[in-house]
This record gives sequence, C-alpha cells and structure tokens, in this order.
Amino acid sequence: MKYVDEFRQRGLAAKLAAAIAEESDAAREYRLMEFCGGHTHAIFRYGIQDLMPANLTFVHGPGCPVCVLPMGRIDSAIKLAVEDDVILCIYGDLLRVPGSGRTSLMKIKASGGDVRMVYSTSDALAIARDNPGRQVVFFAIGFETTTPATAVAIRQAEAESLENFSVFCNHVLTPAAIQNILDSPEVREIGTVRIDGFFGPSHVSSVIGSRPYEFFAEEYQKPVVIAGFEPLDVMHSALMLVRQINEGRHEVENEYTRVVTRDGNLKAQRLVAEVFELRREFEWRGLGRVPYSALRIKPAYAAFDAERRFVVPDRAAKDVKGCECPAILRGAAKPTDCRLFGTVCTPDNPMGSCMVSSEGACAAYYSYGRFRQSGTATEAAA
Amino acid sequence: MCLAVPAQVVAVDLATETATVALGEVRKDVSLALVDDVGVDDFVLIHVGFALNRISPAEAERTLELMDAAGIVAEDNV
Repeated sequence: MKYVDEFRQRGLAAKLAAAIAEESDAAREYRLMEFCGGHTHAIFRYGIQDLMPANLTFVHGPGCPVCVLPMGRIDSAIKLAVEDDVILCIYGDLLRVPGSGRTSLMKIKASGGDVRMVYSTSDALAIARDNPGRQVVFFAIGFETTTPATAVAIRQAEAESLENFSVFCNHVLTPAAIQNILDSPEVREIGTVRIDGFFGPSHVSSVIGSRPYEFFAEEYQKPVVIAGFEPLDVMHSALMLVRQINEGRHEVENEYTRVVTRDGNLKAQRLVAEVFELRREFEWRGLGRVPYSALRIKPAYAAFDAERRFVVPDRAAKDVKGCECPAILRGAAKPTDCRLFGTVCTPDNPMGSCMVSSEGACAAYYSYGRFRQSGTATEAAA
Repeated sequence: MCLAVPAQVVAVDLATETATVALGEVRKDVSLALVDDVGVDDFVLIHVGFALNRISPAEAERTLELMDAAGIVAEDNV
C-alpha cells in the first residue's frame, strides 16, 4: 500500500542502520524513550533493536490508552453494563482488559451484558438511533488522536437530540504524561531511569502539532523527534536523535513531516475545545494521579455525559498482585522483569493491561521478543 | 489505539461530509468532519472511521530522500 510499503524497504533500513552505527559514539549510552505503544510495536515487530548498536536502547513509555486506564474505570463501565442495563459500546481494545475480581467486559458480555464492539463513534450513534427505548453509553478512551471523533459524536447527538446517547469519557493527554515521567523520582534521581531523548508520537502529533513538545525540549533539555510509526520512520528518527545528542542539541525535530505540522489539525483542536475541558486530575495506571492530564465533557454538553446521567463510582481498584505494569509503564522495568510475564500472564489470559493491548509493551515482548528472555540474544549482539 | 492507515479517496459526498476511501482492495466510508478541502485522489490517514489528516506526497518523497542520503554519508565514511 502507498505510504506504507515505501517506509518498510529493506535497502533503506540497511542504509539507516549503517548510518546509526557510523554516527553513534561508542563511548556514550543512548537511552531513547518511545512514548507510544505504536512505536514499541514497530521496534519489536521489525526487529529494530537488533539493527541498533549495543549502546542504543529503547525505553518503553506509557503511550497506550488501554494500558494506562486504571482498573477502577473498567469496574465503572461494568457497573453501567450490569446495574444500569445500558448498551455499552466499546472499542475492541477494551474487551479483555481485566477489571477487579478477574472479570472483564468480555466476561460480562458472555454472561448476558449488552456490550457491543464498535469501530467508530458513528456506529455507537447508529445503535442509539436503532434502540430508542434503551440507554446507549459509548466508553470513550484514547489520546488526542481519538478524542476528536468523540467530540464529533457528542455534537451530532446534540444536533439530533439523541436523548438516549451518552459518553463515559476517559480521554487522556500526552504532554501531561510526558511531563509526569520527566518529573518522576526515577528520572530525576540519576541512575534509576535515564532518558536521553524522546520519540514524539505520530498521530497524537498529527492532531496537536509539534509545538506542545517545545516546552519539554527547552525546560528539560531533552531532544524530541516526532516519528512516524513505520519501521524506517523509527530508524530515521533514532538517527536524528543520535545526531542531536552528539551535538548537544535539545530541539523538537519532525521526522513525520508528511502528516505532522507545527500547528497540527486546527479543525480537530477546535472541536475538542468546544466539547471538552480539563479535569483537575485523573488517575493513570503506573503514573498515579496526574494533574490536568485528562478531559471531561463541558457543562454545555452535560446531557451527554454518562458520569452525570448515571451514578459512576470513582473507586480505586488494586492491580493484580505481582503485576509490574505500573513500573513498566514508567519505563522503570522491562516486561521480562515481571514474574508473571509469559507464565501466568499471556495475551490469551492477560493479568495486566500491558499484555492485553496490542500496543502494550508486554504484548510486544511476548509476540515478537520472547527469545530475548534468556538474555542470550542481547549478549550475542553485544 | 493511535494507529491510523493511509488510504486514497475515491469519492466525496459533501452533503453528508463523508468520503469513500480505498485501502488496497477494500472500500470504506469515512467521515470528513475533521478535515477541510479533501478531494478525490488525495491520500488521507484513517483513524476510527475518520479522516484525520491529509498526507503530503511532497513531504513523503523528501523524507525518503533524506533517509537515502543518510545512508550515503555512512557508506562514504566506511
């Protein structure tokens, strides 16, 4: 497919790998955090780590909306489906995320709950139109990429006076999470987690633009390169980060220029600003309560806010004992550091969210990188 | 979650703000509510049923050239 195949060419990958090997300084360590789960998967699926010099490592970030959603929010959605008897519309990613007591929305569906997988918010609106006698709740999750679609749906519901439609809003914000990582004790206290540069998000940036990262580059003196999700984009961006680090620069550079501009998608930003406002704080799995890191529906659209229409408990829920998802999401642990990884926790029977989502770091390690578990592959490469 | 796929617009319906896009052999109707001035033959990025952005052919070409150039520098130095 156009704009996919060109960015997966073997020949160019070899050239980029040679350039990185040539330009990286053997006396340095390059620890580069990819914020997005999409990048984590590109790195594993295409074996990019193996094409990098031994002193360049990828630190996986929390950029997977399913992974950072706290278990309490899944419990709340289950309450809506079971006690309030709504039709709960969800993106497929959420179906198998564990809630409290080893339950999940898939198990709720299997036991008779009306949980329906949708591809788009417009599918959820269609279900509301077709079921005027039922309450329909759309379980909205996602970063800035996915939020505009929810904004469009809420405005459409208002335009149609679709009174049985509401949204359970869990949209979260990327810059707040990056700042939280940079401010975390593990990063600030030297030696625990070192991050020399960031791969900036691909499609989040297509909406918010590259401007919001300028603060991090300046304030924390870390280089940021906005990178596309294709393997060549990741490698090209790694080269750009290596060059910035070598030259002592800390700028925001844009590798993904075919989609991302400095200002982003202003139309989408206006729609989001029209419908949503900042929450004072929101709980993230792994990061805890992060100030101004999520969105809620503005009072003007309160009629479509499931948290106002129904009683939605804000209960904290404990993660499964032994699950290292929180540390993995902060970049402080690798999936293979978790005792549950690959034993009791697998994609077929996930204990933690990082194994559920196709973007989670544990799922990436399990699907593409299990041979590394023994450490022999890394040692051989070194 | 943030994954999006490039697709080519084959038809635009301005009345409903939707477009039909081609992903290889697959045709799909997507919303144009988030983008302006999309025309037939344009490439757009599709995410959860919405066209999120137009893809710039000129910038894509330039990025591929930069990648190629990076490799040439390395080859010269080896």
